[in-house]
Amino acid sequence: MSDATTEQLVAVCALEDIDREGGVAALAHGDVVAVFRTYDDHVHALSNYDPFGHASVLSRGIVGTRGDRPFVASPLHKQAFDLRTGVCLDDDTVRVTTYPVVVRDGQVLVGPASGTGRA
Amino acid sequence: MSPHLRKRLVVVGHGMVGHRFVQAAVERGLSETYDIVVLGEEVRAAYDRVALTSFFEVGADRLSLLPGGVYDDPRVSLRLGTSAASVDPATRTVVLTTGEELSYDELVLATGSAPFVPPVPGHDLEGTFVYRTIEDLEAIRDAAAGATVGAVIGGGLLGLEAANALRQLGVETHVVEMNPRLMSAQVDDAGGRILAGHVEKLGLTIHTSKATERIEGDGRVTGLTFASGETVPLEMVVFSAGVRPRDQLARAAGIAVAERGGVLVDEQLRSSADHVWAIGECAAPAGRMYGLVAPGYTMAEIVVDALLDGAGTFTGADMSTKLKLLGVDVASFGDAHGTTADSVDLVFSDAVAGVYKKLVISDDGKHLLGGVLVGDASAYGLLRAMVSSHMELPANPEELILPASSGASAVALPAEAVVCSCNTVTKGEIEGAVDGGCDSAACVTTCTQAGATCGSCKPQVKKIVEDYFTSQGVVVDRSLCEHFSMTRAELFDVVLVHGYRSFDEIVQAHGRGRGCDICKPVVASVLASQLNGHVLAQDNRPLQDTNDAFLANIQRNGTYSVVPRIAGGEITPEKLIVIGEVARDFGLYTKITGGQRIDMFGARMEQLPAIWKRLVDAGFESGHAYGKALRTVKSCVGSTWCRYGVQDSVAMAIALELRYRGLRSPHKLKGGVSGCARECAEARGKDFGIIATEKGWNLYVGGNGGAVPAHAQLLASDLDDNTLVRYLDRFLMYYIRTGDRLQRTSTWIGALDGGLERVREIVVDDALGLGSELEAAMARHVDTYFDEWKATIEDPEKMRKFVSFVNAPGTPDPNIAFDTSRDQIVPSPSAGPVSLGATISVRES
Ligand code: SRM
Ligand SMILES: Cc1cc2nc3c(=O)[nH]c(=O)nc-3n(C[C@H](O)[C@H](O)[C@H](O)COP(=O)(O)OP(=O)(O)OC[C@H]3O[C@@H](n4cnc5c(N)ncnc54)[C@H](O)[C@@H]3O)c2cc1C
Ligand code: SF4
Ligand code: FES
Repeated sequence: MSDATTEQLVAVCALEDIDREGGVAALAHGDVVAVFRTYDDHVHALSNYDPFGHASVLSRGIVGTRGDRPFVASPLHKQAFDLRTGVCLDDDTVRVTTYPVVVRDGQVLVGPASGTGRA
Repeated sequence: MSPHLRKRLVVVGHGMVGHRFVQAAVERGLSETYDIVVLGEEVRAAYDRVALTSFFEVGADRLSLLPGGVYDDPRVSLRLGTSAASVDPATRTVVLTTGEELSYDELVLATGSAPFVPPVPGHDLEGTFVYRTIEDLEAIRDAAAGATVGAVIGGGLLGLEAANALRQLGVETHVVEMNPRLMSAQVDDAGGRILAGHVEKLGLTIHTSKATERIEGDGRVTGLTFASGETVPLEMVVFSAGVRPRDQLARAAGIAVAERGGVLVDEQLRSSADHVWAIGECAAPAGRMYGLVAPGYTMAEIVVDALLDGAGTFTGADMSTKLKLLGVDVASFGDAHGTTADSVDLVFSDAVAGVYKKLVISDDGKHLLGGVLVGDASAYGLLRAMVSSHMELPANPEELILPASSGASAVALPAEAVVCSCNTVTKGEIEGAVDGGCDSAACVTTCTQAGATCGSCKPQVKKIVEDYFTSQGVVVDRSLCEHFSMTRAELFDVVLVHGYRSFDEIVQAHGRGRGCDICKPVVASVLASQLNGHVLAQDNRPLQDTNDAFLANIQRNGTYSVVPRIAGGEITPEKLIVIGEVARDFGLYTKITGGQRIDMFGARMEQLPAIWKRLVDAGFESGHAYGKALRTVKSCVGSTWCRYGVQDSVAMAIALELRYRGLRSPHKLKGGVSGCARECAEARGKDFGIIATEKGWNLYVGGNGGAVPAHAQLLASDLDDNTLVRYLDRFLMYYIRTGDRLQRTSTWIGALDGGLERVREIVVDDALGLGSELEAAMARHVDTYFDEWKATIEDPEKMRKFVSFVNAPGTPDPNIAFDTSRDQIVPSPSAGPVSLGATISVRES
């Protein structure tokens, strides 16, 4: 998050708009971004595009933990992606794009793509 | 006469043993040298006589040992409905009752035995029966329909089985036994008393030490008079007073028979006439006849062996037996009566609990010789195998029969111990099947036959398979996932007992971490089954799979399908038009599903509320195509229109679909109702299938299409509407409570200890006393049902979720695009995420 300057951040919604352990899809920087909120109120943003299912759906997956890694399972075929790094936990050669994200004054702000996926 | 090069082998009798003989003969290549001709007096091919009683439940087809009635090997010809009238060993000919003559090179008699009917006056009145063939059972069933009281003469193994069957046919049943105790061949006095207690609890009236003087009646049976003079009025009598070998062919041909009947044969089953063999119940090796199937199978194998010049011999057999009576465990094995010199008995008896166990042990205390188990025969498989393998007893043999002891499980059988005596399968062979790739007891049964005949060894087979997995370090892990080390059924109980209402409470008290895509939907389903709240209630929403979260099925391109309920497949023209209009107006692809309804595909998530608003306004409701819930109850047109229909299958299907709609379960649930036995609704392919009869409805359960198809099995027959619904309520709720995640009813029944029988005990006999609780749970579901889609479109909070983008609710996701095929939309393939560039306007928040 440190590499996104304040000017590059766009507000997408209020933190309250996202269910705990849920996700929403947002448009930011021209991309479809999936923004997730964990049980302890951390917020993460990934590309919404599932590289296995080839569809824009990740924000609709179930959020949980594997060990202590927070993840989202694709609603299509259940592959799990680490919310922090975008790396697929079932196949670490696949990674989805991550976006820097901060919560300021109850608003969720998303920066331009940082980690680029290979999909 | 043309010289015939091939020899001919004639088998008389196509029963269980005759059939096994032919199988073994073909397998071992005997048909390379012989043409085999099999004569069967009965009109049907061999069937499983051991399981005869289940004819009432499963029908004749399921009992057949040779479905189709033809052997694959063209050199075997099976002539059914054909009896041998006489045999001439001098000319080597068999004469049929039709007069036809058949020459043979070798003759195998496998004529079985016939029930013994004591020659009391009145034994041949109308209303008297025996219990040996499918035709006998058909006649008993027909007579039972018009009878209220009946008697079974003979309190042995078969008599009790027949008596229980009679009772289940709704006849008040008396059991008459000359001996002072039931099953005198198998149990001793103390065991007999405890057995009598159990049998009486089943509702049978027992008369021991009573001789039948006379059967009363003028043409038809009206009563039964004992030697004491006392008369019981009744309408039907079943004789089960033992069997007599059918040795008449041999007797008439001058072939030696044993003193107590049966064709006298040597250790290789040769009779006194050259080229004539006898096997099965008609044979008496060393003068003794064996009334069980396992020794007959062994005899069959030995004759095949002998005809191939093998040296196998028959040296007696394991006479262990286990009673197949509902709810009463009785078993005897080995030297049950302690006839071995100097043997000692070890007895555990608890009259209150109705448990009696006796072990007969050799005088040096080292070996188990036999025993009797009444009330709890769980150790039967193990103990029987210990006897047959002559293994040494553990230091404290009493551990083997004390209640709840761990002793029995600690005993390790040697590899050569015979676990299945019907099919002579050893522990080593069972483990070998696992090495060969079997991953379950069911698979082991298929590939080794262990457990395939009388079934009494099944628990032992299962245990050996599980222990073997464990010994190889394969942990049979029953945890749901890394967050919960319990099964769905255990979780269900935990939630029920504690009354939890949220995932957080449950995971904090009984799990770890924050859950995952496996346990969250399970918890959601369990909560839904118990509370029947809205699946999208605030706390539950993140637990749901996307299908439940958006009340629609996700498709490959991220769009959804829409399936309104069309109960029973019945729909008015007006409603059909509405579906057509909605699909047209929203540009959806339409297809008739395999579940008798209409699916509309390609709806964007944000379009779902508007689509459903139209449908709800027109009187539609959710079809739950997305839920692990009731899907459809398929119907045929039934008696309203069909010239064959005997009940209104459409009305019943609709009533059931509406009763169980929205019911969340371990996996999806499907039903079917057919108006007659032609079964046009394919009801037996469903989790619950109902087929109309003249008298009401037959209820079948555990059917499945899908990956592992299964036909549903008959649970109960001729039910009236109310009883049908009551049984279904119990069945479904019991499944919901105890089923595993993603376990359809067919696999659930297969995995239940006791299988379908267990289901019947709980659902029909209410053996656990759970009936009213299960019915009440279902009544709660029915009373609290509401349409999820209607409730969703009326609730702004829930509607907020149906937006494409949180910051651009009206903008369609550019990743979704369609092509056209056969005049309808289809998803366009996607190569990667579509970027809109930074130009699109987004809402400032
Ligand atoms: C639409 C339909 C095919 C069709 O065009 O006819 C269909 C479509 C799907 N079936 Fe099916 N099944 C459909 C009838 C069937 C039938 C036939 C029937 O019900 O008479 C069967 C076999 C019968 C049975 O279930 O025993 C069937 C056996 C399955 C199975 C295998 C289940 C099993 O026990 O092995 C699955 C996979 C699963 O559920 O895990 C499945 C799963 C699916 C899913 C839900 C797969 C998915 O997760 O996306 C499909 C999406 C449905 C949708 O988007 O609406 N579908 N599916 C049928 C909808 C029926 C309805 O009106 O509700
Ligand atoms: C209700 C019931 C329950 C049982 N339960 C058990 C159990 O739990 N365990 C167990 O081990 N055993 C059990 N048995 C016994 C078992 O069924 C028999 O041991 C077995 O069927 C014997 O096989 P078989 O081929 O010798 O005789 P059968 O199966 O009786 O076959 C003989 C066949 O030969 C035919 N036949 C006779 N004469 C002629 C002729 N002249 N020409 C042509 N055909 C002829 C008969 O019609 C018959 O079909 C049970 C039996 C019954 C009736
Ligand atoms: S199952 Fe029977 S009643 Fe129903 S449509 Fe078929 S033939 Fe007619
Ligand atoms: S002992 Fe009868 S099937 Fe195994």
